[in-house]
Amino acid sequence: MTATLENTATEAGAAVGVVPSFEVTLRVRRFNPESTHGEESYWDEYTITAHGTDRVLDALHKIKWEHDGSLTFRRSCAHGVCGSDAVRINGRNRLACKTLLKDVNPDKPIVVEPIKGLPVVKDLVVDMEPFFASYREIMPFLITTGNEPTKERIQSAEDRARFDDTTKCILCAACTSSCPVFWTDGQYFGPAAIVNAHRFIFDSRDEGAQQRLEILNDKEGVWRCRTTFNCTEACPRGIEVTKAIQEVKRAMITRAF
Amino acid sequence: MAYGTAAVAKVDSPRSPYVRRKTTRGNYELYSWIFMRASGVVLVVLIFGHLFVNLMVGEGVHAIDFAFVAGKWANPLWGVWDLLMLWLAMIHGTNGVRTIINDYAQRDLTRGVLKSLLYTAFVVVVVVGTLVIFTFDPCPPNAPEELLASFCTA
Repeated sequence: MTATLENTATEAGAAVGVVPSFEVTLRVRRFNPESTHGEESYWDEYTITAHGTDRVLDALHKIKWEHDGSLTFRRSCAHGVCGSDAVRINGRNRLACKTLLKDVNPDKPIVVEPIKGLPVVKDLVVDMEPFFASYREIMPFLITTGNEPTKERIQSAEDRARFDDTTKCILCAACTSSCPVFWTDGQYFGPAAIVNAHRFIFDSRDEGAQQRLEILNDKEGVWRCRTTFNCTEACPRGIEVTKAIQEVKRAMITRAF
Repeated sequence: MAYGTAAVAKVDSPRSPYVRRKTTRGNYELYSWIFMRASGVVLVVLIFGHLFVNLMVGEGVHAIDFAFVAGKWANPLWGVWDLLMLWLAMIHGTNGVRTIINDYAQRDLTRGVLKSLLYTAFVVVVVVGTLVIFTFDPCPPNAPEELLASFCTA
């Protein structure tokens, strides 16, 4: 007993500053119509050695760079800012670059799938076009009338705080592709489009609120939200997405009556 | 490909040609959303009032027979109460199932079939129910007297 303890102590002493490493298995949903698998998607398992500080993205990198170069996924900044690498990890939409392996139970195989509801192009890469089409529809830009001011458009801190939460969106599609209503036929505008409309509707400098409310007062607009809170749970930026959607609903009701 | 006549081999766009099927703006969904909430609150009052009067007041559930219903509908308040309950419950329920069909039916054909079944059921129930409430005869001729309400024999 004593010896064991001493051994552990010496090992720990020698390993100061060294990050512990462990074996982890990733179960990745693959899709490649040009392969022998054709239009069928299939699962591949990879076991790699990872460190305690590694994220799921690091594991995917390791697979692509050292095991299977054909694995395809999107990533740009790799630090949770660009929103390229939203994937479904163990059934939840997350950014691969913001999810530590140790947080998603590396004792069992970690399941990595493309986000749902958007057409898969290859492996973890989905076609984001339906998502961005909805985003474009809500006119995500400042709309004003009259002459442009010679200086900046002044806004009070309170007015800025009104829509602060929804300015954080990075358009990763984690929310929209977690929404069961969006999964059905992809016609629903989706949480992300509504969040970005909210960002301008409640901006005191913007004058296009009426137009945006009109656009979202569609059969496929805010009224299809069932408040399941999947979007709020999925958002890697912690935006209160469902709340934003309800605020847009309220703005529409006060506009109508 | 479907255009056939093009002489040059056409390369498909790698992106899905995504378009919103059609713009369906209007206040219809807004009003239906508000109706669901408002009718829900009213229905809670109507249904629990109905249950209380039918099942708990006086002899409770044992008092319910033809005469009990006839006596109730002789009072215009209960006629209006039941009519309101029927209409609100049917519109509220049908609208709820309509949204469920919209959310879960993936093909247009499935959606169409389910919705036509739903609307048919709605029309049948509402028309028959309304007819009964309005044309109800509490004292049908040649009926055995012990089944009728007390005011029929008086």
